[in-house]
Amino acid sequence: MTINEISTEDAPAVGDVIMRTRNASVFYGEKQALFDINLDINACSVTSLIGPSGCGKSTFLRCLNRMNDTIENARVTGSYLLRGSDIYSPKLDVVELRARVGMVFQKPNPFPKSIFENVAYGPRIHGIGGNKDELEKIVVNSLTKAGLLDEVKDRMHEPGTSLSGGQQQRLCIARAIAVNPEVILMDEPCSALDPIATARIEELIDELRENYTIIIVTHSMQQAARVSHRTAFFHLGILVEEGETDHIFTNPNDTRTQDYITGRFG
Amino acid sequence: MNDHIVKAFSEELASLGQKIATMGGLAERQLSDAVTSIERNDLVLAERTVKADVEIDTAEREIESLTILMIARRQPVASDLREIMVALKIANDLERIGDLAKNIARRAERIIENHPHRAISGFVRMSRAAMQQVNDVLVAYSSRDTEKALAVWKADEDIDELYNSLFRELLTYMMEDPRNIGSCTHLLFGAKNIERVGDHATNIAENVYYLVEGEPLFDDRVRLDNTESSSAEIAN
Repeated sequence: MTINEISTEDAPAVGDVIMRTRNASVFYGEKQALFDINLDINACSVTSLIGPSGCGKSTFLRCLNRMNDTIENARVTGSYLLRGSDIYSPKLDVVELRARVGMVFQKPNPFPKSIFENVAYGPRIHGIGGNKDELEKIVVNSLTKAGLLDEVKDRMHEPGTSLSGGQQQRLCIARAIAVNPEVILMDEPCSALDPIATARIEELIDELRENYTIIIVTHSMQQAARVSHRTAFFHLGILVEEGETDHIFTNPNDTRTQDYITGRFG
Repeated sequence: MNDHIVKAFSEELASLGQKIATMGGLAERQLSDAVTSIERNDLVLAERTVKADVEIDTAEREIESLTILMIARRQPVASDLREIMVALKIANDLERIGDLAKNIARRAERIIENHPHRAISGFVRMSRAAMQQVNDVLVAYSSRDTEKALAVWKADEDIDELYNSLFRELLTYMMEDPRNIGSCTHLLFGAKNIERVGDHATNIAENVYYLVEGEPLFDDRVRLDNTESSSAEIAN
């Protein structure tokens, strides 16, 4: 099966499960970093993964677009489904998968190319947007969705690295959007940004969730409370609790969750 | 529960609990003084009670500003958030209890002027029951005891019933001798105030329950104060 066989015909409805993991485990050499994670991710919603450093939340996030494949001696077991299809199937094209399940990293990492090229790169290698006009449309559209167009429209051919940190992060989001993903993974996307740039990204997340499924790893509890619909709390490689964000932040079921979010964890 | 990593936050929460306890003590004293002033015809005590209400108002303001600061500084969530919100609400109920006590003390002179002695004992009995409720609910708060809070919540019916029977009793005295009307009316307002004290104790009980359980207590209790539909016909 190739990724193209995974149905993309019907846009997923809000509340549908778009990604599902069962017994998701990760080993780094002999050491097990993630233990049997069972998690359903709802389409067109924001799910945040929280937990102390080393709890496995980023490891889990990286399983969802096979970023752990690139780490030597990392071994991934369990089942990972995108719309019911196994994303670890040997026949699957990983590059295609990463277009469907895009990623935004902690530090903005624009390519050392122009702003335009940063966004156009993905569509080009994936063969989307055949001619120049179409490509330009995709770039403009992606920059608009990322809330960056007005700030860069007169400097499209300047290097991406000439932008401010917050703008660079929005450029990276535009780059992820350009290949028309279904899911966007964000690994602490605001931790290198000031509060205003952070607020812009959070506003953007709120807009993007209408069309995309967003999974965000964050160290800021307040950010998780502000942006996400559901929150999953990881601790020592275990998924301790997952539920509606409103519930987790007012009356969590597990005392470990309670201790962590109220700042009582050692 | 474990302490916060940030010690100052734990200290603030402890201080908040302490302030509620102190304010609760003040409200209890005010209530007791107001009732005692009527029971013992003590107008000096009544006047002192009216003046002392300012202490409760000050305590409420202190709790208000502490909670606002804590929300701004700590962005509390989960049990901490409930702790702070509940303290704010309890402070408000205690302040109202203080106001009601002050109002009773203000009426003392008019009640004492010409009260039928028989009526006072019913008022005092009802007041004692309400004061017990306030005391119990403050203990429930400080010990985070939902069982006790629920007991207070349920016992409010008894106060409502005491109020209903006192209402009828006062009506008969007023019909027996119109000279009783003035003092009995003031006593009736006093009793209504006590009935409201019971309601505030119930509110606090609900908040203690929410604080501990994280879920609101569903209010399906039957309304028992039926004096609104009563009339003088009962004397016929």
